[in-house]
Amino acid sequence: MQRLFLPLTIVVAAMFAYAPLMIANAPFESTMLLVQKIFYFHVPSWFVMFSGAFLCAGASAVYLAKGSRDADHYAVTGAELAVVFGLMGLITGPLWARKAWGVWWEWDVKLTLALIVWLTFVAYLLLRRYGGPGSEKLAAGVGIFGAANIPFVYYSVNWWRTMHPKTTVVPTLGPGMRGAFWFCVLAFMLLMVLIVAARVRLERQRALVDELFLELED
Amino acid sequence: MTRVRSAWRVLLVWLLIAAGPAWSLTVSAQQPPPRPTKPAQDEFVPIDQLPPGEQLPAAPLLIAAYSVAWLAVAGYLFSIWRRLDRVDRDIAEAGRRLPRI
Amino acid sequence: MSFLRVVWLVMRKDLIVELRSREILYTTLFFAVSCVLVFAFGFVREGQPMEDVGAGILWIAVAFSGTLALGRAFERERQSETMRALLMAPVDRPALYVAKLIGVMALMAAVEVIVVPLVALLFQAPLFRHLPMLLALLLAGTVGFTAVGTMFGAMLARARSRDVLLPVLLYPITVPVIIAGVRGTSALLQADPDPAVARAWLSLLLSFDVVFITLALWTFEPVMTD
Repeated sequence: MQRLFLPLTIVVAAMFAYAPLMIANAPFESTMLLVQKIFYFHVPSWFVMFSGAFLCAGASAVYLAKGSRDADHYAVTGAELAVVFGLMGLITGPLWARKAWGVWWEWDVKLTLALIVWLTFVAYLLLRRYGGPGSEKLAAGVGIFGAANIPFVYYSVNWWRTMHPKTTVVPTLGPGMRGAFWFCVLAFMLLMVLIVAARVRLERQRALVDELFLELED
Repeated sequence: MTRVRSAWRVLLVWLLIAAGPAWSLTVSAQQPPPRPTKPAQDEFVPIDQLPPGEQLPAAPLLIAAYSVAWLAVAGYLFSIWRRLDRVDRDIAEAGRRLPRI
Repeated sequence: MSFLRVVWLVMRKDLIVELRSREILYTTLFFAVSCVLVFAFGFVREGQPMEDVGAGILWIAVAFSGTLALGRAFERERQSETMRALLMAPVDRPALYVAKLIGVMALMAAVEVIVVPLVALLFQAPLFRHLPMLLALLLAGTVGFTAVGTMFGAMLARARSRDVLLPVLLYPITVPVIIAGVRGTSALLQADPDPAVARAWLSLLLSFDVVFITLALWTFEPVMTD
């Protein structure tokens, strides 16, 4: 994994450098024109947020079941990813919505679900930071409950109201747009792999430092 | 890895990542003329049917959105890098103290 | 010792301790009433309550007083250091969870007995029109809220910053309960009541309860173990 780090970084950086070119050359969507181009980064950032959330939940389950510290490292990485990329989605979304719908925020399914999931993982990080010793296990519980909550929030808000563009936006993309879109999705996914590698390494090093200092005290 | 090599590595990565915002800004500043619109596909009113007073310039929103995305990614990577550096220094410190026992 | 016996013993202990001082009961009740009054000042305009506020205020009062009750219940355990004693006992950990859950539910039931008529009175909400349905919604919703709350409350009992972390953790997870409870109650309160809609929301609440109680029973043991 270590050896792949630098090549992966270069690939990701190159993809991100090329992406704006692809996005600019993609055809305009007929009703929203220029501002719709936000979606090339907005949707992939949601993909990463949900991947992060599920990574956190899965790793938390493994951590609780097996006690593996490495699983805990992956869990905290997933949560941080969910928060950072969720924040990105929550800011780019309203910027797009202001132009496309005329309002900054609407209480429809996707936005509300995203907001709730984001809040859950912010709470996860707050617990880890301020909960004192032993908060890793508690946070693992929160991660699992948070992910289990996703279908319930989805259905409850869905029955409540909906206004988001229909989910069929992706299949009805014009050919030019589809290429740029999936390119951006790939770029974001690779970025996510890169971040997971770096962040997990950070956690492992931290655990190592703690052990070393504990040994020193003996 | 020696300090010098890791510094070059950092610089290379930052240059590549910084290419992104530079591209985004130059590319999105060129705005092609709007195409003739088709009728609305769902609930939206086509932009050119809105009275001019209600139309917002899209470019600032677009630029703001992309800048936020870049800043978020760059900021997060930077914070991971900084923490890694600090941990590496701690490990070196612990390693230095160990043989003295 | 069998599961049910453990549940009974712990519940009995909590009930006896509570009945001696009635501290949590009275303070939570009073809090719930003040909560409803504050909302009255917020949402009543020119002597008339705004449309449709009864359902929302009822569930918000339940959520807020529930959070308070949960915090207090575990605080008591923490202060007398009985938490550690409970965890060291050679019993099924999930039984402790169930006992605590039932205890807090009993407390919430007492609170709701007062709050529901109060809201009906102050906001002129016809809460008693479809009483069985309303009771079902309240029961399912309170179980859901308390199930998650007991889990988190127990988890946080030994953590730092526990007072503020409990609501921070609890509210995002219990959003479906609040939405379902409010919309379901609203469907019963509106001018043309719709029991079918209320039933749909009730089924959501019931599935939430089943899923989260199961999850809590699975994860209680590993989470509470050091």
